[in-house]
Amino acid sequence: MTTVINVPQSLDENSFEQVLQQVAPLPADAKVLLDARHTRWASPYGLSALLTLGQTRDHARPTLAVPEADDTVSYWSRANFFFYADEFFELKGVVPKRATHSDSQVLLELTPVSKTEDIHDVVGRIQDKTRQIIGTELGIDPKALGGFTMTLSEVCQNIIEHAGRGGWVMVQTYNWAKRLGRRVVVIAVCDAGVGFRTSLESAGSHVPDDRWDDAAALEAAVVRGVTRFRDPGRGQGLAGVRKYIGRWNGKLSVRSGTARIAIVPDWDDDVPLEENLPPFPGAQIQVTIPERIPAR
Amino acid sequence: MTNHIDLGTVLRQTLSANLYSNLVTRPTGAAVRTQIELLLRSSGAQDRSLTVIDFSHVAMIDFSCADEVIAKLLMRPGQEREAYFVFRGMTDDHWDTIETVLERHGLALVVERDSGLELVGVLEDGERRAFQAIKRRGRAESWELAGDLGEPEPAVRHALDRMCHRRLIMRHGTMYTPVGEGGGGGPSGEEVA
Repeated sequence: MTTVINVPQSLDENSFEQVLQQVAPLPADAKVLLDARHTRWASPYGLSALLTLGQTRDHARPTLAVPEADDTVSYWSRANFFFYADEFFELKGVVPKRATHSDSQVLLELTPVSKTEDIHDVVGRIQDKTRQIIGTELGIDPKALGGFTMTLSEVCQNIIEHAGRGGWVMVQTYNWAKRLGRRVVVIAVCDAGVGFRTSLESAGSHVPDDRWDDAAALEAAVVRGVTRFRDPGRGQGLAGVRKYIGRWNGKLSVRSGTARIAIVPDWDDDVPLEENLPPFPGAQIQVTIPERIPAR
Repeated sequence: MTNHIDLGTVLRQTLSANLYSNLVTRPTGAAVRTQIELLLRSSGAQDRSLTVIDFSHVAMIDFSCADEVIAKLLMRPGQEREAYFVFRGMTDDHWDTIETVLERHGLALVVERDSGLELVGVLEDGERRAFQAIKRRGRAESWELAGDLGEPEPAVRHALDRMCHRRLIMRHGTMYTPVGEGGGGGPSGEEVA
């Protein structure tokens, strides 16, 4: 029997939880059909998390019914989604050929990250694109660009250092006219690896207590900079990302296992910690940097 | 002996591809630091060496790489000889990252700017004052600097010795000199990489 999983009309960090709620109760080898026919919009997080979900269902290759709307399916194609999804899903519906032109809003199409060279490639590509777009068209403060690239590098390294398997990164700009009245740049990085809890448990010095769970592991890693390594220089990556986020009034959220932690700026009403979410392997990170409005 | 190491060149020598100008990822940082240590060892061992680490051709550096290259270089500056470093060509972006790494380890370094040499990182007030005083004189004994600062000589000597220990200034007998200002320990200008 095939279980149909409804993909929300708008697929982002929050609504992806609806997908996981439907998938979580199913055995690993259950046959599933992800129905995205009515999906009209997807964020970088939504697309990379969907690929990650496909990676986790390797016992029974799931089917993905692709969006019916031409503009949606065209966007997913320009974001390279179908190019990589073909490996994990049985694609059902009309899938356009791989796009030859890129989307000016997509600073970095879905890109696999599994080794150090991938990060050099990602950082080099994003620098070329940001020079063209962020500083001029987007009005993001040029002083924020170096930190932005550094942030991208550090969150991608999280995959290589801790996941134990490859993941995905995507970067896009948006005009959040209604929500924020400003433009933003969003980085999404998702992997289906071991996650923060297992990574920290592998440290020889780790002593679990009664409160030890996914939320405690996220708090330790993201807020206190704890890592599984004994080297005192470790743990600076996410701490540095937090510093950068704070300086530019951005948002950072990290989901791992059954918990999600967020550094929430004043322009957002997200909760700082969510627990008892549907289980999902690995770590999923989203960084949002808003355009800086010049002081008048 | 003064060595000059262009980090951009070392980066390209270290990585298989010749395209990158970004010091990113911990493995890259470890490889670059290893290459620097090899270059320093092969550059002719002396009791004392000064190395200019040049960032001019590095587009950006991330925390992991800064930790591997800079922090670890400063924390083990060569057991067999006195190794001093001056950092050149650092932009504000480089500094944003490097400052965080120095704070994490309680480190300081000497940076060359248009205005001359500066001490940056984690420093006590007494060290900052003593460094400014020694910069003005170029070469001085502790009692001279204490006189300039109007501070007790033992306190100034303590700050100077602490900076010597951290390889932020040099000591020649009873004389102290800023790193990179005529105290390199020999003729300058060897291009190592």
